[in-house]
Amino acid sequence: MDKILEVKNLRLYYHTNKGAVKALDDVSFDLYKGETLGLVGESGCGKTTTGVALLRMPSPPGRIEEGSQIFLDGRDIMGLSEKQIRKDVRWEEVSMVFQGAMNCLTPVYTIGKQMLETLQEHREMEKKQAEKLIKEYLGLVGLPPEVMNRYPHELSGGMKQRIVIATALFLKPKLVVLDEPTTALDVIVQAQIINLLKKLKKTFDLSFIFITHDLSLEAEVSDRVCVMYAGKIAELGTNQQIYGKQGPMHPYTEKLLLATPLLKKKVETLSFIPGAPPDLIDPPSGCRFHPRCHKVMDKCKEEIPPLLELEPGHMVACWRCVK
Amino acid sequence: MSINENDVILQVQDLKKHFMPHQGLLQSLGTKTKKVIKAVDGISFGIRRGEIFGLIGESGSGKTTTGKLVMKLIEPTSGKIVFNGEDVTITDRGRTKAYRRQVQMIFQDPYASMNPRFKIRDVLGEPLIIHKIEGDRLRHEEMIIKSLTEVKLNPPSDFMGRYPHMLSGGQRQRVATARTLILNPMMLVADEPVSMIDLSTRAEILHMMKDVQRDLGLTYLYITHDLSTARYFTDRIAVMYLGRIVEMGRADDVIDNPIHPYTRALIDAVPEPETGMVDIIKELPISGEIPSPANIPPGCRFHTRCPYAKPVCSEQTEPELSDVGNGHFHACRRWKEL
Ligand SMILES: Nc1ncnc2c1ncn2[C@@H]1O[C@H](COP(=O)(O)OP(=O)(O)OP(=O)(O)O)[C@@H](O)[C@H]1O
Ligand SMILES: Nc1ncnc2c1ncn2[C@@H]1O[C@H](COP(=O)(O)OP(=O)(O)OP(=O)(O)O)[C@@H](O)[C@H]1O
Ligand code: SF4
Ligand SMILES: [Mg+2]
Ligand SMILES: [Mg+2]
Repeated sequence: MDKILEVKNLRLYYHTNKGAVKALDDVSFDLYKGETLGLVGESGCGKTTTGVALLRMPSPPGRIEEGSQIFLDGRDIMGLSEKQIRKDVRWEEVSMVFQGAMNCLTPVYTIGKQMLETLQEHREMEKKQAEKLIKEYLGLVGLPPEVMNRYPHELSGGMKQRIVIATALFLKPKLVVLDEPTTALDVIVQAQIINLLKKLKKTFDLSFIFITHDLSLEAEVSDRVCVMYAGKIAELGTNQQIYGKQGPMHPYTEKLLLATPLLKKKVETLSFIPGAPPDLIDPPSGCRFHPRCHKVMDKCKEEIPPLLELEPGHMVACWRCVK
Repeated sequence: MSINENDVILQVQDLKKHFMPHQGLLQSLGTKTKKVIKAVDGISFGIRRGEIFGLIGESGSGKTTTGKLVMKLIEPTSGKIVFNGEDVTITDRGRTKAYRRQVQMIFQDPYASMNPRFKIRDVLGEPLIIHKIEGDRLRHEEMIIKSLTEVKLNPPSDFMGRYPHMLSGGQRQRVATARTLILNPMMLVADEPVSMIDLSTRAEILHMMKDVQRDLGLTYLYITHDLSTARYFTDRIAVMYLGRIVEMGRADDVIDNPIHPYTRALIDAVPEPETGMVDIIKELPISGEIPSPANIPPGCRFHTRCPYAKPVCSEQTEPELSDVGNGHFHACRRWKEL
């Protein structure tokens, strides 16, 4: 299968006046065409940061560090100027549905006006033609054309999220980063949006990066799952390798799954991972998870565990798993 | 602590909250609805002493409004609230204040509810001052230490001098809980928003809340839209739809043997961490979104989305909650045929 994306040794630091927040440290992964790759992990582990890095738009004071490589459809985008990125990468090839975007629609403009502006920023187009396109996209996400005349407050959460998704697809990108696209919605609407995303993916032959902290939801959408902890990849495997009978390999993934409440199976206790993710200005030595790990050994405290392929397609960064 | 079925601490009777539509802003933006918004439209339930009672339902079903009514933050349009044997539907200011000491709200967004410039000691001391709790500084300090111990922030002295930003999300939630416990409430109302909080932190918080509940014999009204959490955490649940309760019973009964088509749909929609789903478009038994509470469908208010709806459902009067035995209630006319 062809790769749409190759990320190698990606480092993104936020240079705050307290020091550099090492939000992504040596992150490498690939994404195949037509594939959905999930990014999961606790709050603050670097999921959103990974997403914005792919659009080359870190929020200040963030910077993609020297030596990071991102290949999009075979093309090295780290070498491109900001102008080139804007012209033919950002929104054109890669787009992103931002965390909480549906609450950021401008309250005083109609949906039609907001969508029109976005479109005309990128495409020279007659108003009539643009409106026709907008209606077409609204239809694709299951909304009637009248929605154009409505204001955000007149729409439900699910409708707003559909609009945000339609806008992200306008310019026909190949890769879409979806950052917690259903977190603010209830289960029924969430399931509707997930179905919609699956259909759109087929229609447009898209590749997705699907970010969420909900491991159950990730299991329903992602072909492969990348578990992040404190700015690093802890484990990356196929849906089967993470959720299958054998279970995940990394102690962090194991614990995350045990903290996931199940509906159809009654669990007596729900476990959790004591403590909190570390300060990324001065992260723990060795394995960044070692202060919270139930399987910690002496070596873990000193040496950084490498991300190794322990079975075909299954990468794990844990000393316990190195035989 | 075993729960006595007849020892009801909070009884809500045919409670309604109808809002008048907004004037001004919305109208100038083109909304023309003049109809009343029936956010809560006749609900009855009893919570037993020492019980964790869950209220679940989609966004807009009226959960928060119910919570606010129970907290007496808003006045009901009609209906009755009886707490600990006393009708508290209408109370004077003094009684209302005392009531809010007995029934405390746990804020689920501890960031918003804590003054960032207060040390934890002051965050906890504040309610003692607001409610003019008798005792000198030393006595108050003792109470603060006790409440921190109750939420397992040990040793308390380690935390009292810190500011909120020096705590993890889970620890901050513990402080928020300690802040409510310090007034010795009988009942807690927790309204969990559709949250960004991650699952591990949430599991930690629920553990802590359950421990506290057991240790102190408290009663909880827990509001959430997450069924999986409700199953783990609550004794009984009530499922709300468009301002009404459509099903109620022991959490296990409702989730393992749901009766109402709406509850069934909710359960079907919940994702599980299992393989084999990626290429599947899930069959959703119901489509669309919850209708506006300003325009409630006649008859069974769920009929517009119900996969089993027959003409009787919209033609006859609204079905009332009825017990199938074992305290499992539902409000569906066609339940026997499903
Ligand atoms: N603009 C910024 N300046 C400084 N630090 C930042 C900035 N944005 C993010 N960070 C830090 O970088 C780390 C990674 O943040 P990121 O937003 O990528 O996490 P996340 O995995 O998306 O978390 P969440 O689940 O809460 O959305 C965190 O420690 C965060 O505090
Ligand atoms: N002060 C108010 N004025 C007018 N309408 C209101 C008011 N408060 C709530 N509503 C409406 O009442 C209905 C129920 O709202 P409520 O906040 O109780 O729902 P909820 O079940 O808590 O939803 P969520 O899961 O989104 O928190 C909604 O349609 C809401 O828009
Ligand atoms: S390397 Fe060590 S500390 Fe890190 S996850 Fe593995 S066992 Fe735990
Ligand atoms: Mg994020
Ligand atoms: Mg609410």
